[in-house]
Amino acid sequence: MERRCTGSEVKGVSTGTTILAAIYDGGVVIGSDSRASIGGEYVSSKTINKVIQVHDRIFCCMSGSLADAQAVTKAAKFQLSFHRFMERPPLVIAAATIMKELCYKNKEDLQAGFITAGWDHRHGPQVYVVSLGGMLVSQPVTIGGSGSTYIYGYVDAKYKPNMSREECLQFATNALALAMGRDNVSGGVAHLAVISETGVEHVVVPGNKLPRFNHE
Amino acid sequence: MALSSVLQSPAPGFNFDNAARNAALGRNDGGHTPKPLKTGTTIAGVVFKDGVVLGADTRATSSEVVADKACAKIHYISPNIYCCGAGTAADTEKTTDLLSSNLTIFSLNSGRNPRVVMAANILQDMLYRYRGQIGANLILGGVDCTGNHLYKVGPYGSVDKTAYLSMGSGDLAALGILEDGFKPDLEMEQAKDLVRAAIQAGIMSDLGSGNNIDICVITRDGVDYIRPYQESEFTDDRTIKYKYRPGTTRVLTEKVVPLKLEVVHESVKKMVTG
Repeated sequence: MERRCTGSEVKGVSTGTTILAAIYDGGVVIGSDSRASIGGEYVSSKTINKVIQVHDRIFCCMSGSLADAQAVTKAAKFQLSFHRFMERPPLVIAAATIMKELCYKNKEDLQAGFITAGWDHRHGPQVYVVSLGGMLVSQPVTIGGSGSTYIYGYVDAKYKPNMSREECLQFATNALALAMGRDNVSGGVAHLAVISETGVEHVVVPGNKLPRFNHE
Repeated sequence: MALSSVLQSPAPGFNFDNAARNAALGRNDGGHTPKPLKTGTTIAGVVFKDGVVLGADTRATSSEVVADKACAKIHYISPNIYCCGAGTAADTEKTTDLLSSNLTIFSLNSGRNPRVVMAANILQDMLYRYRGQIGANLILGGVDCTGNHLYKVGPYGSVDKTAYLSMGSGDLAALGILEDGFKPDLEMEQAKDLVRAAIQAGIMSDLGSGNNIDICVITRDGVDYIRPYQESEFTDDRTIKYKYRPGTTRVLTEKVVPLKLEVVHESVKKMVTG
């Protein structure tokens, strides 16, 4: 185990990762790959779950150190659970702020970044990014993780606001497939969650059913 | 150390007397400090139709020396949960002991068998708190009211739940066998054989793993801890006995000095049982 922690900056198991979230007309799609690696060389899990449900209509995607990310999402889920005593479900910004507080206050010790996405009654579908140092930013579409560098061009060119649900799902699947095809520490299956006012739908696209592109 | 504190009260603060000694030893020895006992190890687990099979080799190494040929690496956690440990032997031993104690307290308080996910969460919390300083790589397997579960917990506190796992220095060799032979809903004998083959691959291909193979089968009906499941064919026959009978070392002189102890203070407290 120790011998595999060669040159990687992340100690222990890294999520490697490509994560993304995008708002469509009426909801939001959030997704990730499913590979966990150690030292940039060894795939320690082909089926790790990086899309965590922190509340009924709020999901978080994790990147960075798997141990740190799991600890933060656990703490956030716990804090959000107290909102069950309120009359209405928590706002997405409440969840994102909890993640941000944890990341910012412990920035020396943590190595994890998150994308929080969800639907609430006040502002509808939203996407928030909490980066490594604890910066919180709201964006209509966002990508993260080591695999995201390969798809900035694709996302900038292909994302349109107010897409339909099917268009957005196809856009997200394509983006993940392109990133997984080029990044060695992203791979496995594509986990997607489609969140809207009516509910949440989980979509899992196995590796062999991912869209293929011309050069493959 | 103990003797010095009897004669005088210990000075406050940390005592770094041994630091100079250790540095001198390091210089004399060519800079090789003794390494802690690690289990080397191949451990594996497989979820099958009726439960979970865990397997482990039995070699514990201290650098290049085999320190223990019959080390037990499958630790008891609760009647329905067992845990295989790889990494630093002391860390896996103490961590699983602590987990077992906590879950026993839970069982006594609630009247229920603990669930595997509880054990995984407790391990994750504890290892994360110690930021990787506890070198315990654990495979947690068990059967509870929600089904058959297998978890992998890393030293930094990451948790992964899958149907087949291997860890330890021989994990890559074992993983090859598991990847090839695993199918969902295996029968018990097939699962036992798959785990045995996986550990065997680890033993053959990794220097840190060896000797016997232990298997632990956990089902709803109970636990079958087979130790050893397969014995190593490379046993050594010791030609002489290493136990010495009393009288082997001759006593030359004997001097008895009675210790004169005087009673300084005596107090009697009556126990009130009314």
